[in-house]
Amino acid sequence: MKQDNITNQRISGAEALVRSLLEAGADTVFGYPGGAILPVYDCLYDYADRLRHILVRHEQGAVHAAQGFARVSGRTGVVIVTSGPGAANVITGLSDAMADSTPLVVVTGQVGQQYLGSDAFQETDVVGITQPITKWAYQVRRAEDIPAAVARAFYIASTGRPGPVVLDIAKDAQIGTLDWLYEPVNFIRSYNPSPEIDTKLIAEAAEIINAATRPMILVGQGVTISGAEDALRNLAEKASIPVCSTLLGLSALPSDHRLMKGMLGMHGNLGPNINTNRADVIVAVGMRFDDRVTGNTELYAPDAKIIHIDIDQSEFDKTVRSTVAVHADAREALEALLPLVTDAGHNEWIDSFDRHNRVEDREVAAVELNRPEGSKLTMGEVISRVSEAIGDRAVAVTDVGQNQMMSARYFRFTRPRSFITSGGLGTMGFGLPAAIGAKIAAPHRQVCLFCGDGGFQMTIQELGTIMQYGVGVKMIILNNNFLGNVRQWQNLFYNRRFSQTPMLNPDFVRIAAAYGICGEDVSEREQLDAAIGRMLADDRPYLLNVRIDETDMVFPMIPAGSAVDRIFLSEGRIYNPDNWSEQ
Amino acid sequence: MLPPERQLFTVTVYSENCVGLLNQVSVIFTRRCLNIEDVSASASSVPDIHKLTLTTWADRPTMEKVVRQIEKRVDVIRAFLYTDDDIVYQEVALYKVPTPRLLESAAVEDIVRHHGARILEMTPDYTVIEKSGHPWETEALLNRLRSLDIRQFVRSGRVAVTKSPVEHVDIYLEQQRRRQLKLKDK
Repeated sequence: MKQDNITNQRISGAEALVRSLLEAGADTVFGYPGGAILPVYDCLYDYADRLRHILVRHEQGAVHAAQGFARVSGRTGVVIVTSGPGAANVITGLSDAMADSTPLVVVTGQVGQQYLGSDAFQETDVVGITQPITKWAYQVRRAEDIPAAVARAFYIASTGRPGPVVLDIAKDAQIGTLDWLYEPVNFIRSYNPSPEIDTKLIAEAAEIINAATRPMILVGQGVTISGAEDALRNLAEKASIPVCSTLLGLSALPSDHRLMKGMLGMHGNLGPNINTNRADVIVAVGMRFDDRVTGNTELYAPDAKIIHIDIDQSEFDKTVRSTVAVHADAREALEALLPLVTDAGHNEWIDSFDRHNRVEDREVAAVELNRPEGSKLTMGEVISRVSEAIGDRAVAVTDVGQNQMMSARYFRFTRPRSFITSGGLGTMGFGLPAAIGAKIAAPHRQVCLFCGDGGFQMTIQELGTIMQYGVGVKMIILNNNFLGNVRQWQNLFYNRRFSQTPMLNPDFVRIAAAYGICGEDVSEREQLDAAIGRMLADDRPYLLNVRIDETDMVFPMIPAGSAVDRIFLSEGRIYNPDNWSEQ
Repeated sequence: MLPPERQLFTVTVYSENCVGLLNQVSVIFTRRCLNIEDVSASASSVPDIHKLTLTTWADRPTMEKVVRQIEKRVDVIRAFLYTDDDIVYQEVALYKVPTPRLLESAAVEDIVRHHGARILEMTPDYTVIEKSGHPWETEALLNRLRSLDIRQFVRSGRVAVTKSPVEHVDIYLEQQRRRQLKLKDK
């Protein structure tokens, strides 16, 4: 490897950066030029045929696009921005990628070495600011350090629990020269991303699973990241264990798999949440017991022995105590468990999920999906009609809020890496740029964005990116002229005082038109299917601005801080599973 | 449920010697609003490996999470949590007192004998006294010297070594060496 790369060429640091990105496997970068990164942009001009650069309209958009790219493809997303304001604008995305374990390498330009620390023009302390919200942040001050820093950055970003990495490259390091040599990194002394599996713990876990009468598997994004979808399915099928998913775990198992029982947490399904507090064994795989999943941890899963499988040791016992903590890659752990588990049937237990979910279908979904004639459209209706029409292989990208929860509930997933959403950080404005990145990573898959009118306007300028590169994203604005999720909380918990949630919105279709993007308004139920048909008729970007009933709320709902089995089916109506007559 | 009991913990962090390491560690305390009582940074017995020693008042469940979050940092090799029973520890304190007052008081013998301190420097104007020991010992000498119109007092962060016969960092480094060899064979 080493030999092939020695060319005895003296090249600039900027060129070394571009070549190193190519060596590390990148073919696309998202970015925005500026003073302190100009040498790199000058070099990108020569490499345009090998390294495609997508010019976004704001640096925040570059990071979210790289996140969408990474989440759909499993590859590391790459971002290049300038110093100072350029770097400051990537903070939200870095924090989001850190929360959602997304592999990113973000290159920021930095002022020249002689100006460091002097409050120079467009200088900001990028490493100092980003250290708490990145997996690794490093400043490069010499040209000859660039290849090794890039190799290290990609290795750190993509291994173990993935995350964002920042390389802050001083301008003189970009201009200086070096002898070109690139060596990939696969070892760092202070870092072990692939812990050896403890077979004793696996045996212990299998014993607990085999003795269970009411077991369930909780799936997080770790399953997708480690490519453990088949291993998960095999284990669940062999041992007959129902599977429930976190928001980011969705699409690891197809929605219609007989053991897939739905989503956990605040707006999750009845079966998963009620049965969390009835299970005797919980196998949590690549998930971290977020507070949106657990509600009140003191009242969480009181009867369950918890087997927690995670690649990140710091997640063990962080919010919920486990009986067995397996520090391992999800796929390796599930594959190791498979031969040791036995099929215990659990039929009655499995049926109990469906029994609760049937109540939800009737009491919640049917109300959302079957509205009386002449009433306004609901989010659930639109999402489920798009989901039906768009068919197999589609990727759903969402923004944050009601649009996101409704998408999680009503979009049907058939294959992995089909749901891209901002989970941990809950970043409004994530959706549009993330959808762009997703479509660029997967040009042959349909990518549709479900977004609210508020979030859409947070990164609306990325319509320019769609225009410039002809990115065929299908955008559906679920427009209720309100910040809907905040409105829902105000409605339920703040006496209907709708403080600063009504929004006067522009004509979105005309805005899209100004960017050369086709679109249409939909306000009547009868228009919807035909409009969806036109949207999906070709590969071009399209915008549907759908007028939604502003009183539409996401249910079921577990109020923040409640036990997971205290679930509202609608306003003021709690589900009592022990005292529910099936009509 | 009663909140868990707070006590003084000592955290030791073995890391690569790189710029910004202390920031990476200290922000983990900041996030949880934990005050670092004292801190010291130095070389360790292993070449190129750096050792931080920090103390903080907190409860054990919190500190166990903090230490795992410190250890998660890529540049950190291992991090450990101790209470005073697990370690042998010391601090160094320096005291600057006016020489005339010191001589007048005839306290020198008491200071050297009873407090086990030593005189580092003596000029006609001032005397610098050094004492190492546990916090209450350096504190006791401070109180003794207050009557002599003490001008300056400073205490170092804690330095500590474990009582355990097992050297966990060495074991980790050996495991990593074996892992590296395996990766090279591939």
